[in-house]
Amino acid sequence: SALAMSSASTTPPSVDKVDGFSRKSVRKAKQKRSQSSSQFRSQGKPIELTPLPLLKDVSAQEQPELFLKKLQQCCAVFDFMDTLSDLKMKEYKRSTLNELVDYVTVSRGYLTEQAYPEVVKMVSYNIFRTLPPSDSNEFDPEEDEPTLEASWPHLQLVYEFFIRFLESQEFQPSIAKKYIDQKFVLQLLELFDSEDPRERDYLKTVLHRIYGKFLGLRAFIRKQINNIFLRFVYETEHFNGVAELLEILGSIINGFALPLKAEHKQFLVKVLIPLHTVRSLSLFHAQLAYCIVQFLEKDPALTEPVIRGLLKFWPKTCSQKEVMYLGELEEILDVIEPTQFVKIQEPLFKQISKCVSSPHFQVAERALYYWNNEYIMSLIEENSNVILPIMFTSLYRISKEHWNPAIVALVYNVLKAFMEMNSTLFDELTSTYKSDRQREKKKEKEREELWKRLEDLELKRSLQSDGIIPT
Amino acid sequence: MAGADSDDSLYPIAVLIDELRNEDVQLRLNSIKKLSTIALALGVERTRTELLPFLTDTIYDEDEVLLALAEQLGNFTMLVGGPEYVHCLLPPLESLATVEETVVRDKAVESLRKISHEHSPVDLEVHFEPLVKRLASGDWFTSRTSACGLFSVCYPRVSSTVKAEIRQHFRTLCSDDTPMVRRAAASKLGEFAKVLELEYVKSDIISLFTALASDEQDSVRLLAVEAGVSIATLLPQEDLEALVMPTLRQAAEDKSWRVRYMVADKFSDLQKAVGPEITKNDLVPAFQNLLKDCEAEVRAAAANKVKEFCENLPEDSRETIIMTHILPCVKELVSDTNQHVKSALASVIMGLSTILGKDNTIEHLLPLFLAQLKDECPEVRLNIISNLDCVNEVIGIRQLSQSLLPAIVELAEDAKWRVRLAIIEYMPLLAGQLGVEFFDEKLNSLCMAWLVDHVYAIREAATCNLMKLVEKFGAEWAQNTIVPKVLGMANDPNYLHRMTTLFCINALSEVCGQEITTKHMLPVVFKMSNDQVANVRFNVAKSLQKIGPVLDSNCLQTEVKPVLEKLASDQDMDVKYFAQEAISGRIKKMKRNRK
Repeated sequence: SALAMSSASTTPPSVDKVDGFSRKSVRKAKQKRSQSSSQFRSQGKPIELTPLPLLKDVSAQEQPELFLKKLQQCCAVFDFMDTLSDLKMKEYKRSTLNELVDYVTVSRGYLTEQAYPEVVKMVSYNIFRTLPPSDSNEFDPEEDEPTLEASWPHLQLVYEFFIRFLESQEFQPSIAKKYIDQKFVLQLLELFDSEDPRERDYLKTVLHRIYGKFLGLRAFIRKQINNIFLRFVYETEHFNGVAELLEILGSIINGFALPLKAEHKQFLVKVLIPLHTVRSLSLFHAQLAYCIVQFLEKDPALTEPVIRGLLKFWPKTCSQKEVMYLGELEEILDVIEPTQFVKIQEPLFKQISKCVSSPHFQVAERALYYWNNEYIMSLIEENSNVILPIMFTSLYRISKEHWNPAIVALVYNVLKAFMEMNSTLFDELTSTYKSDRQREKKKEKEREELWKRLEDLELKRSLQSDGIIPT
Repeated sequence: MAGADSDDSLYPIAVLIDELRNEDVQLRLNSIKKLSTIALALGVERTRTELLPFLTDTIYDEDEVLLALAEQLGNFTMLVGGPEYVHCLLPPLESLATVEETVVRDKAVESLRKISHEHSPVDLEVHFEPLVKRLASGDWFTSRTSACGLFSVCYPRVSSTVKAEIRQHFRTLCSDDTPMVRRAAASKLGEFAKVLELEYVKSDIISLFTALASDEQDSVRLLAVEAGVSIATLLPQEDLEALVMPTLRQAAEDKSWRVRYMVADKFSDLQKAVGPEITKNDLVPAFQNLLKDCEAEVRAAAANKVKEFCENLPEDSRETIIMTHILPCVKELVSDTNQHVKSALASVIMGLSTILGKDNTIEHLLPLFLAQLKDECPEVRLNIISNLDCVNEVIGIRQLSQSLLPAIVELAEDAKWRVRLAIIEYMPLLAGQLGVEFFDEKLNSLCMAWLVDHVYAIREAATCNLMKLVEKFGAEWAQNTIVPKVLGMANDPNYLHRMTTLFCINALSEVCGQEITTKHMLPVVFKMSNDQVANVRFNVAKSLQKIGPVLDSNCLQTEVKPVLEKLASDQDMDVKYFAQEAISGRIKKMKRNRK
């Protein structure tokens, strides 16, 4: 055969990450900016491909056969980390791929039934591979350059070809579904962990097309994305393609039929909300917030569980994340229905009150900006008798104590707005401010005394029972 | 628990529960952490009938609070009335075992495992095992994941019918739909195998192991590797070849580097589990492949195991195997492209000399040691130097000293202070092995140079190093070589260097003894009490306190005390403070001595 396959077993492996591989020291060693599939060993054997005539140079009857042959040739995978090997053949494959891309775009009648398995095979041989160890554990999108895929000159054309194939007018999902199956999709999803943003971008389009054309795979795709996210949140905190997957989900959610299935609601509450807890939230927060808002626009009744979820996972120490949460909340409030707002306003404004009094001025500022939002203001105004008492203590204290003059100024405006909204309640709260604080202090003291008494009791008992009571 | 009831009325449960419901998470957390106190206040009966139902019903909270709760409940047996009532703890723990957050769930499982031992066999079947079954067939993956960790604790103590059910449940979870559950099952497979009867290990566990080891997800396959090692230890030798080796061989050549990494990482355990024959026939070639793997991560993991693997080879063929199969790979790794592979190797390679003996070491290993001593990466050189003792025993360190010296000097001057710090830590060891002459000639100046390093941590380590050297070479050596130099620094224009003199005196006075301290060091310290920099002066006060125990009481009274008193009236606050500290500390000490 003219095909000297360099790596015979190209059944593409899965690429999950597992705890225990985050040894930073090993990762740091890699200085290289590009990486390649982890399957190449120093094989040394050169790859020989026999040049074929151009498709346009043969008769229409001969074209399908030649098309298949070219697909088979393109199954040969080259080692791009070795920049000197197989130069001529690499160039030949590149031009062949280019030709194939053009061919599927413009030709008619080329897609015979025999072509489907060959196309899928060629794509699989090229794109499915074990991704190498990554050093992106410390990846900082603002500082670091992403590691790029070395074989991109070929890989890009393969993706390009595959997308044109999927989008081709002659493409028939009913035939293709024999080859583009669950296993294929699983391997495709694993590639989303690629560090090369160019590859993830292509993958996004590919998966989107597959989701659109293969109805039978939709539930499976959603479930696997589910699994990827759950592992990302609860096991590894590492997966490069979260933003891309969320982007696809955004449009999937958009297309959900009403009423929403329990499965979809579960996905929202048990997967999307916990995604907010991940350290690297900033890398995909925009896409995540978009998905959340999509859900709420579909079904406003989900507002309460969503907001309660966000409040549960509210960042304790990371101010940057807090600012992101506040931004997302505002997006949610922009679309909230007044009936939903009433259900959630108490816990919500208790949190906002904490944010407003954050010593970090960006957090305080972001929260205070809510009062510039006309729709939110109208909701606050309608419910000022509930919200004002919650907010008042913080606002009053900040107006006296906050270190940042800009925050103090903003707070004055907010207080002024409240005063105009509900002057009776405002005056009442101002006059009882001191006594309320005293009452709180008294309660605090009572708590301390209670615990002191309990501890005395414990001590007494543990003496009595000769230390059998665990402490 | 007599007398408990009389106090109950003082603590209405409502008040206590209010505490558990406080709006402030921190307060809630505090209350949960003192849950045992609350239970104690309520007494065992009300804990069972009121507190536990409350906890079970209201489990929706921050994960941090839930984690604390899960932990508390593991220690609650006595608080609910002892083993007889321990099953009351199951409902809240069951809920906690279904929570999303992994740490909470894991803690709940840990507590469940703990209290499982406090169940009687009957309670185990009536209460505990049904819980495990419920978890194992839960809707959401979290409860099924938790169930995986509970099978092994109840299996040994239930009837054979129930045992069969448990095995069936475990089987089901091994082929669960979600990879999360399969991972949990794979990670508990070894543990479960250990409590099973051998016939079931052979019939059930092997097929589960084989299936998990060829799972579509590499994160599942790699967990099966560890299980494979445990299973191998359980089987009789004659079954290993047929039952586990095919799968393990396949794992060593898995297409995913993570699985191969795991094999490399567990290689020594694997070697012990399969015994000498299989090691010779299978593991040696597998190990060679791992040492030559295309991923640096795998090579580094394998390189780490070189010594242990060689050590555990069967004695009759050990040398031949090492010389013909392992050493050629090791030679290649010495010039690996990845520094972590080289440094992993450097941390164990010296150990081969004891295994191979003097002649082989000189002929084959020495060139490798020397090459690694010249490696561009400081970590590699450090790892070689830190293991010199192994070689010293076999061929003596002299063989290396020619190459050693430039390597040490270079590390001593490395731009990274952590590298300098590391080499300082090996100085006492090196000094011991190279001998006092070599040391004085070649290394002494380095040790002194570190004292004026611009990084404090290095100066500090250098001070400590001097103390250890004196411990090795004796006070007389100290007096002739290092003490004059240290004291000379007291006149340095840089106050940091002057302070280093004081720190050295602190470290050296005890090992040098009373005479040297009184005669040579003390005058210098006194002189420095007039230093113009306050930091030096208060360090004089601290030094005097420190070296006080070495001095005789006469000297303390007539010489040290006046100096301290003068410092106690210094114009600088800190100097005053430390001088007073020293005076009161000294008095305390003298009083104690008198007793």
